Parts: sequence; structure tokens; C-alpha cells
Amino acid sequence: MAQSEVKSILIAGVGGQGTVLTARVLSRLLLQKGYDIKVSEIHGMSQRGGSVVTQVRYGDKVHSPIIAPNSADDIIGFELLEGVRALPYLKEGGTIIVNEQKINPMPVVIGKATYPDDLKDFLCHCGAKVKLFDAHLLAMEAGNAKCLNMVMLGAWAKNAGLEFNEEECLNIIANNVPQKFLNVNIDGFKRGYHAF
Amino acid sequence: MKQLMTGNEAIALGAWEAGVNVVAAYPGTPSTEITENAAKYDELYAEWAPNEKVALEVAIGAAITGGRAMACMKHVGVNVAMDPLLTVAFSGIEGGLVLITADDPGMHSSQNEQDNRRLGRFAKIPVLEPADSAECRDFVKAAFVISETFDTPVMLRLTTRVAHSQSLVEKGERVLRELPPYQKNPQKYVMVPANAKPRHTVAEERLLKLKAYSDETELNRVEKNSAAIGVICSGIVYPYVKDALPDASVLKIGLSNPLPEQKIRDFAASVKTLYVIEELDDVMEEQIRAMGIKTHGKDIFSLEGEIFPETIREKLCDEKTAPAYRYGKELVVRPPVLCAGCPHRGTFYVLKQAKVNVLGDIGCYTLGALPPLGAIDTTICMGAGIGMALGMEKVRGKDFAKQTVAVIGDSTFIHSGITGLIDAVYNNGCTTTIILDNHITAMTGHQQNPLTGFTVKGEPARKLQLETIVKGLGIDRVSVVDPFDLKTFAQILKADLSTEEPSVIIARRPCELLLKGAKGACYINPELCLRCGKCLKIGCPAIEKTGVGKAPIIRSELCVGCGLCQKVCGNDGVITKVGE
Ligand SMILES: Cc1ncc(C[n+]2csc(CCOP(=O)(O)OP(=O)(O)O)c2C)c(N)n1
Ligand code: SF4
Ligand code: SF4
Repeated sequence: MAQSEVKSILIAGVGGQGTVLTARVLSRLLLQKGYDIKVSEIHGMSQRGGSVVTQVRYGDKVHSPIIAPNSADDIIGFELLEGVRALPYLKEGGTIIVNEQKINPMPVVIGKATYPDDLKDFLCHCGAKVKLFDAHLLAMEAGNAKCLNMVMLGAWAKNAGLEFNEEECLNIIANNVPQKFLNVNIDGFKRGYHAF
Repeated sequence: MKQLMTGNEAIALGAWEAGVNVVAAYPGTPSTEITENAAKYDELYAEWAPNEKVALEVAIGAAITGGRAMACMKHVGVNVAMDPLLTVAFSGIEGGLVLITADDPGMHSSQNEQDNRRLGRFAKIPVLEPADSAECRDFVKAAFVISETFDTPVMLRLTTRVAHSQSLVEKGERVLRELPPYQKNPQKYVMVPANAKPRHTVAEERLLKLKAYSDETELNRVEKNSAAIGVICSGIVYPYVKDALPDASVLKIGLSNPLPEQKIRDFAASVKTLYVIEELDDVMEEQIRAMGIKTHGKDIFSLEGEIFPETIREKLCDEKTAPAYRYGKELVVRPPVLCAGCPHRGTFYVLKQAKVNVLGDIGCYTLGALPPLGAIDTTICMGAGIGMALGMEKVRGKDFAKQTVAVIGDSTFIHSGITGLIDAVYNNGCTTTIILDNHITAMTGHQQNPLTGFTVKGEPARKLQLETIVKGLGIDRVSVVDPFDLKTFAQILKADLSTEEPSVIIARRPCELLLKGAKGACYINPELCLRCGKCLKIGCPAIEKTGVGKAPIIRSELCVGCGLCQKVCGNDGVITKVGE
């Protein structure tokens, strides 16, 4: 892979949804494939329910951890509004996987703004490769809304075209989540993996 | 095997490998995880100090006795530690002393975006700027060698993108150093004028030696490429330049103070157009211009915020790519909020109802400034609120003070609120101070502090009592209240505000994230709801407005059942706990 063939994955969501753990597991999966990797995760103020963005870049040699607009190969949107907010980062022909769940930001909660009602429609017609699904529901079915991040990871792993087999993924998950929640997380991952 | 780690993890690893004895710090984004990771190594001592000044002093003591020591803080923390820093820069040390400053261009979670390379220059000490995690590990080790070779404290400057980005690092071995016998050396370490004068001379001579070193060391290296464009850069800007301008020649600066003058002159002469690309201040550019070298820099790049690879492409290559896909209309923003169940919400609700002026401080509770609570008038820096309340009182009088409170978190109170409170007592203030005791330093990700009873390593520690401290400072009116007991809180507040003596209210309730256990969600009965909208005023992310004339709903997956909305509602049976 030449420098120009560095791949970029942008993960967007709401603070508290577990995007950072997804990036962790995802980057360790890529590490096993022998890539050079850079990950940028910003935490701090944004953890208290604000918008969060994590960026993963991989290839033979990666310099910058930052993804420029119009250059992400994949976007993983953990929430509908945040997925749409991140869309300008997607490159032409890229794939965006979005959890269609809506989480109202505070201006909407208190009635000072409205949550746009045309986002799903917009996504479906925007021209990018869009994979929209109810990941929250799948996480609940797996037994815990908190395993949403593994559902999203599963959906990405299946679509990434990197020939991840389920077993590789499950091993890495086991190394990165607490034993207590392992089964739920694995179940969540599998549900995401088989969602499309 | 190489591991993926953040810059912060790599700094801790580098310190461990360098045989560091002591790591002392006060939390602050984006530096916090350095100390949390250092604490995982059994072989070294790590601590949360009450503030950055103490952290640096602990490190200075450790270094003067011959150990290797590191103090870690966010950029504004260095302001707090400036006093010892500027004098230890004269005295020097025995064992290596490294100060990690984590700057935050773009203000991801800070109150300002100062460029601490200036502070390193001001202190006349070397400044190192790693570009990725591998360099974080290597530069810490190099910093200790420089510190001991030149007998100087060394500043290692991270920025958020270096501290919080992960890249590959190879783990090495810990090299143990023999601790030299302790030798008293008052001429070097007692900084009275007679001793300090010759030490100033030493410090100036040292800078000259460091300048020569800067020209020799591989920390500053030239990557020769096309002669058309030459870029001088440091830290995170280096990978951005490699990404954006793969053909440019680069002078990569690792040691940015003092700058390598000869290398810069040679490099400038070897390229057609020279650019200095740096985030925030024109620290390098200013010096390079002073060398009489013509360069571009802040004539095209901003003094504010971050620089990104696309910024460089845009400015230098005139490359602007329109996004392939975008939602045409503006999207509603998603600001951070106090968690569902946050104890601070009770306090701000009471303050808002009381219509008082609130001099705030820094912590999770700063979020009480945002709508709908909107209950904070000022936030300047850690510890500022109490002194500011006194200042306002001295201008506007006692009646104003009777409508004004200072609000400060428990960790912030220990950090720098105590001296402000002493001032209020000593100078006859009648300030009412509310200390928000949520049993943790929450904002920065839940660190222990002197009030929690545990050290950074999770070991039991002596637990300070807020009541005792406050009484010891001379405050007679001290009360403790549960911030969710709205009625009692409002009563105490009213009584305290009306007196002409300083008072303290300790609002005590643990951070919701420490409790973890869900207590069953609440439910709003739409049949009984009066549509008064009171529960929407507390800004709980679990309560949602559904439309004009409709009852709000509570989202059971977000509600933690804290019951605050029940109390604010006050109408029997409207809000109930599911299963009760
Ligand atoms: C000088 C300085 N050091 C560190 C910080 C980072 N910081 C901001 S708030 C905070 C601690 C807040 O803890 P506390 O006062 O207990 O309030 P809580 O977040 O728990 O509500 C820290 C460490 C800072 N802003 N300034
Ligand atoms: S982390 Fe704790 S103190 Fe901070 S907003 Fe959440 S509940 Fe409140
Ligand atoms: S009980 Fe009320 S205030 Fe507390 S978390 Fe639930 S909805 Fe929010």
C-alpha cells in the first residue's frame, strides 16, 4: 500500500456510547493484519453527552492521525444526527454505516430546537453507500443497550472487506472488554456482523 | 511486538524505562492518563498532588536528592507551577527533572489555548516536542539525559492530538540507576540573592551550550526532498506536513528551545520558499525572522486553534475539495450536559430559584452555565470564584454579597479554593461559598483526591474532612446538605446569605457515575401532568419535551431514578418510580 492508499475510518457518536472502545478493538484487529495504524480520540468535555469523533487510519505507512473532509473510506455513525454530521468527511463512493436511533441533544430536549425529521430520507438518497439499521434494538436483544458499540463494530467488520473472520474478532473483543460483560458483547458483535 | 498506545501511555512507559522514581501530577485534560498509566508500574512512585505547584515541588525534591522525577499537568497547570519552575531553572537539580505540559490548541476541554513553548523559553529551559507515541517514549528518555547532562529542568510539550492519539510503540526494558548519596549543597539550592546571582550566570551559559547541542542533536533533523518548498515544524504538525506535502523538504524540530540556528540557516539557504508551520503562537517564526531569515508563517496560518493537514493543503497547494455529500441545512449542535442523576443539578436548581449571582469555577459543574440551568455568571480559572466574590463585595457592598455565592468543586477547593476562603475570612467578607462534594475529581475522568481516602494507585490514604478544614480556616457557619434535598438547601442558603459573616455550605452527594446501580426509572403520568414544564427546567437529558400542550416523557433507558424531577414537580403522583 502506498501512502496514497491509507484507509480512513471515522467513528461518530454521542459521549457515553462507547465509540472509544470500538476504535480500540477495531484498531487492534487492524494491527493483527500487520498495518501501520494511527488513532485519534478526543476525550474530556465531550464525554458528558456531547458529540464525539474518533478517527482510525491504517496502511503501510500512516503519518497523520487526522482524517480530512472528503476522505474517509468508512464512517460508523452511532446515532442518526451524528452520522449525518460526520458525512462531509466521507469520500466519494465511501460507505456509511448508521444506527438509526435518535438521541435528542439538549437544545431539542428543552424545546429550543427540533431534531430534523428528514435525516433518514436524506441519507438514503445522498448517493453514498448507506447501511442504515436499528443497532439499538439489536443491542437490546443481545441483553444490554451498552453493547451497541459491539453491534456497530460487527456491522463494520462484515462490510470492511478485510476478510475478518468472526473468530479473530471475538478473540480481540475478549482481550478488551471486562470478563463480566463478555457474553453480551460477543452476542452484540454477532448480531451486528449478521445484520446485513 | 509493537503495541498501539496513546502518547500519554507512551510517556508513562518512557518514564518507567528511564528508571524514573517519582511521578507527581494534578489531573487535567489532555494530560491525566500519563499519571494514571504511570501508577500501574509498581517500580515507581506516582501521586495525585493537590495542585500543580505542589506536584512540581514534589518532583523537584525528588530530583535534588538524586532521583529521576517527572511532573505532569495540562497547559494552565504550568501557570500554577510557574513559581518553583522559574527558580529551579536557576538552581538546577541532581537527578533528571522533566515537566510534561499538555497544551490544548483548539480548546477541546480547556478555558484558554496558551502556547507553553513560550513558558519554556521564559524559564530558559529546553523544550522537547514529540510528534507521535513512539517519540513520546523516546523523547522522555532523551529529556532525562538532557536534564542531567546540562543540569536543567526540561519541558516536554504535548498537544491534545499527540497525547490522545494512538500509534505503534515498541516496549523496552527499565534501566535502573544507582541513587547517588545525598549531598547538601546550599550554595546551589538555597536561592538567596547571593547564591542566585551566580546561578543566573550558570543558566545563561547553559542556554549557550544547549544551543550548540540543538545544532548537533538528531532531535532536530533535516529530511531533504524537493528544494522548491522547505518547511520547519515540530510536534503534531510534522506528520501533518508529511501527509499534506510529501515532496517538501522538512526541518523537523524535536528540541524547539533553544532552536538550532545553524541548521535553520543552512536549511533556509537550501530551499526556494521557506515556511514555518506551527500551531498557536509564532514562537519559532519570531526567532527565525530575528535571525534575518525570510520566511512565511503567520502571514498565512492562524494564531488560533489547530492546524490540520487540509489547512496546509489549502494554504500551500490551493487545494480545496468540496465534500462529496452533505446535508444542506444547519444541524442542531450537541453540547455536553450534566449526566442524568448528577448531584450538581440539585444545587444549580436551588441557585436558579434563589436568583443569586453565581461565581463559578471549573469542573463538571461548569456545565451548570448551559441552558436550561444557565445558573453561572463567571468561570475564569480553578479556585477563582471565592476571591472574585470578595472582590465584587468590596465594590458593590454587603447587600450585593447577600445575593452572591461562590460555587466550587471539592477537588478544586483543595487545589486552590482554600486560600481564597482564607482571604474572605481575614478581610471580613460575608461570602457564601458552596462546596460541591461529589466525592471525586469528576470532570477529568474520576481521579482520587485528598478527600476520597484513596491514592492514585487505589491504596487507602488518609481522608481529609471538608468540615474540619473549613472550620479550621475560621468559618463558623458551616452546614452540610444533600443537594437533592431542595427545601432544606434553599432554607440554609437563604439564612446564610442574610448574615454578614462568611459561610460555607457543603453540598454532599456522590457523582452519579460512582453509584452505577440503576434505581429504577421514573415515569410521568400524562393524565395527571399539569403541563407546568417545571421538570424541563432542570435540564435532565432523560426528560424530553414532546410538543406544545403535551406532557413531557422520561426516557427509561437514560433515567437513573434519582428522583430530582419528582421533587421539582412536587405534584403528588405525577412522576412516579416504575415499580413503586
Ligand atoms: C490549573 C488547572 N488544573 C487542572 C485543570 C483541569 N480541571 C478542570 S476541572 C478539574 C477538577 C474538577 O474537579 P472537582 O472540583 O471535584 O469538580 P467535579 O468535576 O468533580 O464536579 C480539573 C482537574 C484546570 N482547568 N486548571
Ligand atoms: S460525571 Fe458525575 S459530577 Fe460529572 S456530570 Fe456526571 S454525575 Fe455529575
Ligand atoms: S429521576 Fe428524573 S431527574 Fe433523575 S434521572 Fe430520572 S428523569 Fe432525570
